[in-house]
Amino acid sequence: MRRETLLNAAIALGLLAVPLWAWSAGEPFTITLATRAAILALAGVGLNLALGLGGLVSLGHAAFFGVGGYAMGILAHHAQTFAPLDLGLFTVAGTKSMPVIWLTAMVFSALAALAIGALSLRTSGVYFIMITLAFGQMFYYFAISWPAYGGEDGLSIWVRNGFPGLNTLDPIQFFAICYVLLMAALVLSAVIARSPFGLALNAARQVPQRVETVGIPVYRVRLVAFVISGTITGLAGALFADLNRFVSPSMFSWQLSGELIVFIILGGTARLFGPVAGACLFVALEHWLGGLSDYWHIYLGALLLGVVLFARGGLIGTLAGREVAHD
Amino acid sequence: MTEPVLATHGITKRFGAVTASEEVSLDLRPGEIHALIGPNGAGKSTLIKQICGNLRPDAGTVTFLSADVTAEDTVARARRGLGRTFQISALAMEDTVLQNAVLGAAGASRRAFSLWRPALTDRSLRAAAEEALERVGLSDYAATRTAELSHGQRRQLEVAVALTLKPRAFVMDEPMAGLGTEGSQTLTAFLDTLRHEAPILLVEHDMDAVFALADRISVLVYGRVIATGDREAIRTDPAVREAYLGEEA
Amino acid sequence: MTLLLFLEQVLNGLQFGVMLFLMAAGLTLVFGVMGLINLAHGSLYMIGAFAAAATAAATGSFLLGLAAALAAAAAAGAIVEVAVIRRLYPRDHLDQVLATFALILIFSEGTRWIFGSFPLFLDTPPWLSGPVTLPGGIQYPLYRLALIGVGLAVAAGLFLLIARTRLGIQIRAGESDREMIAALGIDISRLYTLVFALGAALAGLAGALVGAIQSVQVGMGEPVLILAFVVIVIGGIGSIKGALVGAILVGLTDTLGGVLLPLLFGVFLDPSAAMSIGSALASMSIYILMAAVLVVKPQGLFG
Repeated sequence: MRRETLLNAAIALGLLAVPLWAWSAGEPFTITLATRAAILALAGVGLNLALGLGGLVSLGHAAFFGVGGYAMGILAHHAQTFAPLDLGLFTVAGTKSMPVIWLTAMVFSALAALAIGALSLRTSGVYFIMITLAFGQMFYYFAISWPAYGGEDGLSIWVRNGFPGLNTLDPIQFFAICYVLLMAALVLSAVIARSPFGLALNAARQVPQRVETVGIPVYRVRLVAFVISGTITGLAGALFADLNRFVSPSMFSWQLSGELIVFIILGGTARLFGPVAGACLFVALEHWLGGLSDYWHIYLGALLLGVVLFARGGLIGTLAGREVAHD
Repeated sequence: MTEPVLATHGITKRFGAVTASEEVSLDLRPGEIHALIGPNGAGKSTLIKQICGNLRPDAGTVTFLSADVTAEDTVARARRGLGRTFQISALAMEDTVLQNAVLGAAGASRRAFSLWRPALTDRSLRAAAEEALERVGLSDYAATRTAELSHGQRRQLEVAVALTLKPRAFVMDEPMAGLGTEGSQTLTAFLDTLRHEAPILLVEHDMDAVFALADRISVLVYGRVIATGDREAIRTDPAVREAYLGEEA
Repeated sequence: MTLLLFLEQVLNGLQFGVMLFLMAAGLTLVFGVMGLINLAHGSLYMIGAFAAAATAAATGSFLLGLAAALAAAAAAGAIVEVAVIRRLYPRDHLDQVLATFALILIFSEGTRWIFGSFPLFLDTPPWLSGPVTLPGGIQYPLYRLALIGVGLAVAAGLFLLIARTRLGIQIRAGESDREMIAALGIDISRLYTLVFALGAALAGLAGALVGAIQSVQVGMGEPVLILAFVVIVIGGIGSIKGALVGAILVGLTDTLGGVLLPLLFGVFLDPSAAMSIGSALASMSIYILMAAVLVVKPQGLFG
């Protein structure tokens, strides 16, 4: 078996073992940390599809994370205030059901990704980076200036949403939900990477003109990838909001978009488990360094700079060798 | 006379004050190799781009299989069966040789938006890809990363990817570039048989290959076709000798 | 709305626009000459503002504050270029984004460490305070008028620099053909450091000038950076002229949108709904402008 496959299995088991240990030891805070890592990893897995496989450096994925978060916030808000959501022509009752919320989050983040992607994929390179960043910021300012759902203060949800047959208030059960969704997204990513579509997307990153000359429209391939990518990140946003029982415009912040890319790079670009390793590392650093110093972002910055300048394979690349060299 | 497979009708392209193509009319007939030669800067690349759909001519039309394709992009022309090879190898270097060929097969069978089944174990894609690799003699390298291929092997893979499209016409931009004598001879022999499958518009600097292969030759100078004819006619054409070969007529 | 109020908003938009130009000019120069996308440009803006506020507080002189802002931002730019940025020129955009994102983290937290989390304040100097009466009877703050003047003067200076000086010739050569400037015997690495420091100084100047009408705090640079990106997308990358036109368009759209959209919705909606929908849409107006430019001219107006 390849070393990377073994390493992936170790990461997957490790992310499962830590909260299980914490559960038996009665340390719910550690379970929450692991849940946070799993959710951020899921958001990163979404981005990795566009960035790692497709080479689309999106600095605006917080837009989809936030749309997912607000889908949860708005539905749950209407459910807890018993005021139906008035859409003009008809009204919709709020809901506290996770599956319904997830579906809504995914549909709306897919639509957002379709709109942003359709515009920004008309360009490439630096333009694409700047435009996705700008559109992300647009959602941020919109959320701040739209007073109906808390504006700058955000929305608090009093009780975590429910999942049929599970007690989501129990940290380990909520972790299990997030973990299963993360694994499902990883399987989906692996399947897509091997499919003809994945082959075309990956080739479009390397030689777009070749892909076009075999009759494959690069723009459409990238747009489909961008939409799938945004949808997965949107689902992660809904879970993140449920973890915190709170949504605010900060879910749309450009820092978050940057951090999602950081997960991928810390873990290892173009690696299936890169965002998982990166998100776990990030949450661990945030916890330990954040406990040591209020200014832990300095150390994070220095580490990131070191990885970019000197260790381009990231964590997985360093441990598993450079099988997926990137240039 | 048989209907040409691919033709340009008076296409003109200007970049500011520079006329890169001026009233170029060329045709490619069934079963032939039509070579396009000309000194550097004659506008060969610009012409190829207009034929393949990367550039829109300012005036004139391009027809392919009796259809006016002037307004169509590269993708649409490829789907009609225009197989192209690049002057500088345009291959996915991180991918294996087989993956590059399978990509072509996926494009040809309109399967590029299939998300579920693995591409490399799909029987029909793989069969089409392996057949193309076999024909150019790259079967043994299927699992090799393209970046590790020699220059000549990359040229072969370029041709193989084009073959997976089962094209109705080929446009080859300097396929011999950078090949040694032996490599050129092998490829020349291969192209010689390929013309019966689909005609080839061949842009080439290697004059041995051109004179060995071409049924007809067109000479492009300063964006204009100054002569079209068979090998003998071109060899003896005074305008060609003067403008292209740099000899006094 | 009266005509006077409208004209005042136009001036506000112009003032905002020329400040955005100072940011966008540096970004677009650095991209045009070195091919680098620099997210940390907003940090240089912040450094300028902090240097100005700290120096003005210590010396009581606004002009010394401005000089300190220019010097500090240019020095920070030069140091960062030599230490980090230089290694990024041959790298792909992803690496550039990440490394400069890392620089933002370092600069922001470093500034918080030194100055704390509370905002600093930079006062406008007495000789630039108070309103002036413009032709037509518009009362307008003198300081903001001065910002427009300084911004336009810097823009003119920059055009002259690029059109007329040796450095400008080298910059233009660097934009069109990197090998040529090596062939001309120009010390490329010195040129790059110089261009980067120049861009940094412009950002620092903008930070200091704007710092006197807003609070000086950590994180102030990035929203402006993102707006400068919008400016560049609209104007076309690498074009100083595009940056100027784009900046003024964005400044006017943002300012006028914030005033006019709520009024527009007030025509057919009740005042509170008009205010909330209008201001929410106004917050999106410049991005909608950017989207419109992308649809019509994906390479920007002057790209």
